[in-house]
Amino acid sequence: MKQHIISVLVENKAGVLARVAGLFSRRGFNIESLAVGTCETPGMSRITIVVIGDDMHIEQVKKQLNKLIDVIKITDITEKEHVERELAMIKVHAEPGSQRSEVMQIAGIFRAKIIDVGAQTLVLEITGDSEKIFAMESLLRPYGVLELVRTGRVALQRGSSGSALRQ
Amino acid sequence: MKTGAAILIESLKEEGVEIIFGYPGGAVLPIYDELYDAELTHILVRHEQAAVHAADGYARASGRVGVCLSTSGPGACNLISGIATANMDSVPIVALTGQVPTGMLGNDAFQESDITGITLPITKHNYLVKDARDIKMTVKAAFYIAGTGRNGPVLIDLPKDVLTAKVAAEEVLSGEPELRGYKPTLKGHSKQIKKALELIYNAKKPVIYAGGGVIAAGASEEMVRLAELFCLPVTTTLMGLGAIPAVHPLNLGMLGMHGTEYANYAVSESDLLIAIGARFDDRVTGKLSHFATHAKIIHIDIDPAEIGKNVNPDVPIVGDAKSVLADMICLAEKKGCISEPWLEQVKLWRKNHPLRVVNDGKVHPQNIIRKLSELLDGGGIIVSEVGQNQMWTAQHYGFKKPRQWISSGGLGTMGYGFPAAIGAWFAKPDETVVVIAGDGSFQMNIQELATVAQYKVPVKIVILNNMYLGMVRQWQELFYDRRYSYTELPSVDFVGIAKAYGIQGMRVDSVDQIDEALRTALDYDGPYLLDFQIERGENVYPMVPAGAAISEMIGKHNHNGGSDT
Repeated sequence: MKQHIISVLVENKAGVLARVAGLFSRRGFNIESLAVGTCETPGMSRITIVVIGDDMHIEQVKKQLNKLIDVIKITDITEKEHVERELAMIKVHAEPGSQRSEVMQIAGIFRAKIIDVGAQTLVLEITGDSEKIFAMESLLRPYGVLELVRTGRVALQRGSSGSALRQ
Repeated sequence: MKTGAAILIESLKEEGVEIIFGYPGGAVLPIYDELYDAELTHILVRHEQAAVHAADGYARASGRVGVCLSTSGPGACNLISGIATANMDSVPIVALTGQVPTGMLGNDAFQESDITGITLPITKHNYLVKDARDIKMTVKAAFYIAGTGRNGPVLIDLPKDVLTAKVAAEEVLSGEPELRGYKPTLKGHSKQIKKALELIYNAKKPVIYAGGGVIAAGASEEMVRLAELFCLPVTTTLMGLGAIPAVHPLNLGMLGMHGTEYANYAVSESDLLIAIGARFDDRVTGKLSHFATHAKIIHIDIDPAEIGKNVNPDVPIVGDAKSVLADMICLAEKKGCISEPWLEQVKLWRKNHPLRVVNDGKVHPQNIIRKLSELLDGGGIIVSEVGQNQMWTAQHYGFKKPRQWISSGGLGTMGYGFPAAIGAWFAKPDETVVVIAGDGSFQMNIQELATVAQYKVPVKIVILNNMYLGMVRQWQELFYDRRYSYTELPSVDFVGIAKAYGIQGMRVDSVDQIDEALRTALDYDGPYLLDFQIERGENVYPMVPAGAAISEMIGKHNHNGGSDT
């Protein structure tokens, strides 16, 4: 059982995400993370899916996805050289004073941005791999994490190869 | 200017549609208004479920795309089990549903249901058309998707305002639909085909395991030729019956839960299994870890997702069965029988473990099916309901050719057979169409007697009546300590019901009436119902209990003519 990052190029049409997500629930595949947005080609979107399973399981995920009429191309980039990022926003309890400056220090170490300052809260924006986000979250937890939101992982292959559609 | 409904009818005609099975309602009134004087046959069924099953039966009998039509909401929802049936058995149908006007979508309007959402997991693809200009292209794409690659159902949802909208001819989008993500692989990889042939040359105990995909691909001839080339024994799934003639010396009949003993022994002992258009369904394999354990596996399928889904083949070949088999025959270097001792062994099994038939003066369903097969000389189109009636027919009817056997395999949909038989007759009106039904299944769409009467569909209805939900009763007997919980059905006067609809019928109580009753029904010019009062406690044997290996059958044949349950 290991994590696979699958990049799926789909038609940008209503209901496509439901088809993809529905397939996962129907077949009992477990989605770890899913991120979707438009991409370089007009009329298409790219979905990055992180899914956990053994080789046979992942093979089925890819084959079943490929059966969907609106799925144009699937690339498993797990074993290929790639870069991956996730964005998280964390609202943390930070009273003015020493507590707040400690939180700001942590943000600095992690190269997180402070994007909102409230009377008793700070909202931090952090980009990175999942471990980095997890690490910062654990450091902030003692101060009181009030809300946390993550985008889900996105990934791209390095260099000239990739999941773009050859025209 | 044309309305969306007019464009729809025109598009259907362009696809070669001649017949639609449907049921009107508010949301599809614009379509029905067009149908009023369109040169297109519409068959009015009595329940939408029958419309979709009839379209399915039409598709299976003809090999063409079947079409059904229903209104929005409840009408559309009544198509569900039929769409799921077609999806499980890879049957090409296009289901047209009405929908509330686009402005009311999502408002829980009267007779609204999110039918594209509901049918997402049970269609090959579906469409909600939001602009009348898209209708033509959508219909074209739907027929293309339904009838190519691995066939399947496609649904088109049509909001009422889209059907009434007026569009100038030049605004209607036409041409080839752009389907960037849909490119079925038809041709098998030649390297893989050569590898497969090597395995065949070296096999000592090979068996072909042929599924419905062989019939869907029109590959029966090629399959039989390959079998004959190397003397490969052939077993078929329920869906593959008819791919090889029942009387062919290489035919082992069906395998799996209610397969023949000899097919199950042959597969269990085989050292090479050549799966063609079959999907290693649990009703076929029994306990998967005990299935064909000594065999290398060649798996030919048009759907790449079927390969490696249940078993990992040694040689996978993605492609259309007809094309792959033709290539295999063409590329074969060694020819001639490769497995004489194996054939002898298989023959011995067949001789020693035949299917059980009892001649004790009682009305046994097996004898009825055999007599029917004899009278029709293995011809006609035989449609079954689901349950014991289905398995007895599968075991005992002597099918000669493909598309002769129509049955709900994957989903096991009770109520399927009767309306499917109606559809099959409209596809092949020159054939004798017989539906074999249980008393339980038949009552699930019994209202279609009205359709049969109205259109004078000369379908012969053979009810194997045991006043039970027979297959469920069988499981209760064997696995639930004979606690027959809610499976006993009260006696029904089926002949009386038929009469009320203006249909002839006969009740058969004794064994000496079987022959004459069947002859009467077959000779009669019109629909005819036969209500056979069969042995109530009769079971389908042999049987592989769920979760057992297929070689571990109960109710095997013994030489006293009984079973050794």
